[in-house]
Amino acid sequence: MSKQVKQLDRVIIRFAGDSGDGMQLTGDRFTSESAVFGNDLMTLPNFPAEIRAPAGTMAGVSSFQVHFADHDILTAGDAPDVLVAMNPAALRANLADLPKGATVIVDTHDFTKRNLEKAGYTANPLDSLGDAAPGHPMADFNVHTVDLTGMTVEAVKEYGLSRKDAARAKNMFALGLLSWMYGRPTEGTEAFLSKRFAKVPDIRDANITAFKTGWNFGETTEAFAVQYEIKPAEMTAGTYRNITGNLALSYGLVAAGVQSGLPVFLGSYPITPASDILHELSKHKSFGVTTLQAEDEIAGVGAAIGASFAGSLGVTTTSGPGIALKSEAIGLAVMTELPLLVIDVQRGGPSTGLPTKTEQADLLQAMFGRNGEAPVPIVAPQSPGDCFTAAIEAARIAVTYRTPVMLLSDGYLANGSEPWKIPDVADLPVIDPAFATTTNHGDGDDAEFWPYLRDEDTLARPWAIPGTAGLEHRIGGLEKGEGHGNISYDPANHDFMVRTRAAKVARIADSLPPLEVDDPSGEAKVLVLGWGSTYGPIGAACRRVRRAGYHVAQTHLRHLNPFPKDLAEILARYDKVMVPEMNLGQLALLLRGTYLVDAVGFNQVNGMPIKAADLAEAVGTLVAEAEGIDLDPAVFSHPTTAPADHEEAPR
Amino acid sequence: MSTSTDLGVPGLRSGTESVPTLDPDAPAQTGKEFTSDQEVRWCPGCGDYAVLKAVQSFLPGLGLRRENIVFVSGIGCSSRFPYYLDTYGMHSIHGRAPSIATGIATAREDLNVWVVTGDGDALSIGGNHLIHALRRNVNMTILLFNNRIYGLTKGQYSPTSEAGKITKSTPMGSLDHPFNPVSLALGAEASFVARTIDSDRKHLTAVLAAAAAHRGTSLVEIYQNCPIFNDGAFDAIKDRDTKENALIPLVHGQPVTYGVPDADGNPTKGVIRDPSTGGVKAVDLADLHGDHGDHQAALDQLIVHDAHNPDPSVAFAISRLTDSGYLNTSPIGIFRQVERPTYDDQARAQISSSMDAAPGTPTDRLSTLINGTDTWTVV
Repeated sequence: MSKQVKQLDRVIIRFAGDSGDGMQLTGDRFTSESAVFGNDLMTLPNFPAEIRAPAGTMAGVSSFQVHFADHDILTAGDAPDVLVAMNPAALRANLADLPKGATVIVDTHDFTKRNLEKAGYTANPLDSLGDAAPGHPMADFNVHTVDLTGMTVEAVKEYGLSRKDAARAKNMFALGLLSWMYGRPTEGTEAFLSKRFAKVPDIRDANITAFKTGWNFGETTEAFAVQYEIKPAEMTAGTYRNITGNLALSYGLVAAGVQSGLPVFLGSYPITPASDILHELSKHKSFGVTTLQAEDEIAGVGAAIGASFAGSLGVTTTSGPGIALKSEAIGLAVMTELPLLVIDVQRGGPSTGLPTKTEQADLLQAMFGRNGEAPVPIVAPQSPGDCFTAAIEAARIAVTYRTPVMLLSDGYLANGSEPWKIPDVADLPVIDPAFATTTNHGDGDDAEFWPYLRDEDTLARPWAIPGTAGLEHRIGGLEKGEGHGNISYDPANHDFMVRTRAAKVARIADSLPPLEVDDPSGEAKVLVLGWGSTYGPIGAACRRVRRAGYHVAQTHLRHLNPFPKDLAEILARYDKVMVPEMNLGQLALLLRGTYLVDAVGFNQVNGMPIKAADLAEAVGTLVAEAEGIDLDPAVFSHPTTAPADHEEAPR
Repeated sequence: MSTSTDLGVPGLRSGTESVPTLDPDAPAQTGKEFTSDQEVRWCPGCGDYAVLKAVQSFLPGLGLRRENIVFVSGIGCSSRFPYYLDTYGMHSIHGRAPSIATGIATAREDLNVWVVTGDGDALSIGGNHLIHALRRNVNMTILLFNNRIYGLTKGQYSPTSEAGKITKSTPMGSLDHPFNPVSLALGAEASFVARTIDSDRKHLTAVLAAAAAHRGTSLVEIYQNCPIFNDGAFDAIKDRDTKENALIPLVHGQPVTYGVPDADGNPTKGVIRDPSTGGVKAVDLADLHGDHGDHQAALDQLIVHDAHNPDPSVAFAISRLTDSGYLNTSPIGIFRQVERPTYDDQARAQISSSMDAAPGTPTDRLSTLINGTDTWTVV
């Protein structure tokens, strides 16, 4: 039969199932297919902290959302157009996020009394779908009930797998079906499965068969009458790949080592969501990268400081709780003025908080979470791919200014992915370690090495590494005398050194490019200012506001300490400044304290990225206030029907 | 007291093997060259002075280039040590010196790395780092100055203080059972464990030499008197009148004997296995002489110290002869010295073999890495 082909400009799909159902893998594969097809995309994996929560429960639901489009997009999407639910809990956990008219594909196999109860259903929501009246839980949706598991088991019968193993291929059946619906290329997934299960041929063949059967099912069944086409997006010329934030950050660290000629030394203790950086870097010994899995967070940073003292690029990776443990050691690196990269992949806090969810609530910890006046430069990436550039920038600052640098990623950036235009290595910045090799004070027999005699431009101290004859010196956590660096308890010296360390960090602003302000009309009265992973939602929200006919300006901070020099002037240009953050107003507090600006917060701390529609409504309301106009904020709100229209496209 | 220290079978590689040495025709180094221009600021009479002097006069003999020696310390009185040596050094933060030294030693094969720490620094706030350094066997020497008190914070009890100790923070007596640093290190499977005394320059120097020569983590506990807050803690093992019955010197390959010599100059005490506990115990040799007063027969029943025994059980049993209360008895010397691959050598070997196997320049390989296998091109 011939099927209708419908054009769409963008689709948001969410795959949801039990933690053990392979939803992350399914999402990853769909993403890779879409990337290779040429769509722009963003992804949002969302999984529980428990590795295998009790099967079939709401606590165990794992999901993966992918937003792909024929134009450039900035977020993983507010609300899915399509939900694939592998069991009752996955349906129940995600239904509230769906707009009216969304498509729901349900694996009916697990809709047993027992599993329905586990999910908290008292009645089967799939009953009497045919005449679903208003009030029926599925009334607003376009529901496809398919026995995915049963069909998978049937399809792979010939491989003689146990029923359990056979059923495990159901995620590939679902992937095949969705791949057909959206015209995805399939070669990549087949190659992937062949490689992944090369050592277990029957499992490999079962998965490939399930995948193909899913595709064929879509093509032949009358249940799915429409196939959708989402054309490739127009993107800047170049070579692209799909990349997650943690991978890009790892590559950035490897690149920083190559570009500085310094061996990278990572001291780290496993912690979600930062561990993948440790895993990745441990694969790159051929670049001279050393990874030490330390006994605790403190030892991780301690070993990194030791390695920096010895002439390596010391790095430590962690999340918020780990930063708390490392604080004293970071203070030591401030005092000893050694290069050090401290990478905080932020997660929900305080305390253990929400290990697998995202948040931006470590900004003030990064800024002030140490005893004494201990200034630390802070750099933040704005998208998964941008983690690469941000890591190199952090290394540049650390090495040039002889200072620990805090790099603030977050769970959304770490696990989310996007197409990344691969840079030409020849274009990457070169970082000069400029080790000290000669004495720097006095002449002849009086010639000495003074470890705290500073560079006039950067205020950086010389970095003399062990093995350099004649430059033997001692550093440590006690206050240093200016220049000679010997212990000094002199009150005036301490005051001077405190101010000098602050001035050195402030001096970094001299090396920063001007901020880019996106103000297309030049008539905006409202500036939306963000940092980190809110870049996507802020951009999407501003597009919505502009599409509705209003003016708004946007700028985004990569450097949070020091702030760029032109920030004061930019803030002064606008009547209102809104600062969206996944915290209770930490950047806003810094801006208010630094610039006396009456920043308006937009704050959300629910472990999830900010939704563009929510933010657009808030921005729109502020714009209306600033311009003295009446405006119905509903024009920015969530789409009421799916698939959503062209709401995020730039004007 | 004279003690010789046997280094046993030379290891596959010495602890300082990969550290650059002075040119053969260069003038010998002196202790003065290793002495920094900083004024030493310990209390008068502090045991730290003696250890510093011993280290300053010992180091030149290693023949290593001074710029390739690094001293790292934590926090406490003893941790000021690096400031007084004209080598590279870092006075770091409380308890963390072993982790910092691990980074230095792993990053650089050509450095001779020392950690200076105290009983509070190493065993209390930094206990975790200490045991993990010993477990990993990173090539460095840890000098643990044990004065059984907190000095820099003015006299609180430490994790090696005897239970019931009256201090500023324990006016009714401390309640904690103390650590025995040697037992702890042996329990962590340290490859080199020794104990010596601040005031015995000869023994101290011999132990330092053996520790420096050992490839792996060497733990040297140094009994060190604090004249201000714990004066006399080691009187029994230092006092001329009591020390021969208090100190049990361990000499590799020799029966473990001690005690005031008899008229023939023979030791009067020894250490034997104790079948009733599975451990060891100290006995009067007279009780072993038998009917004929046969000294050799008594010696034959004693434990012969074997520092190279791969099984640390006997060394551990000997370490238990240390008093946990006031120190009236203590074995000293090298308890254990065994060959075990070091963490840092193996880490560097993994890296160098990976680097050797990698084709092309780092820049080319970086380009290959970041491109990965799934790319698409937009024209």
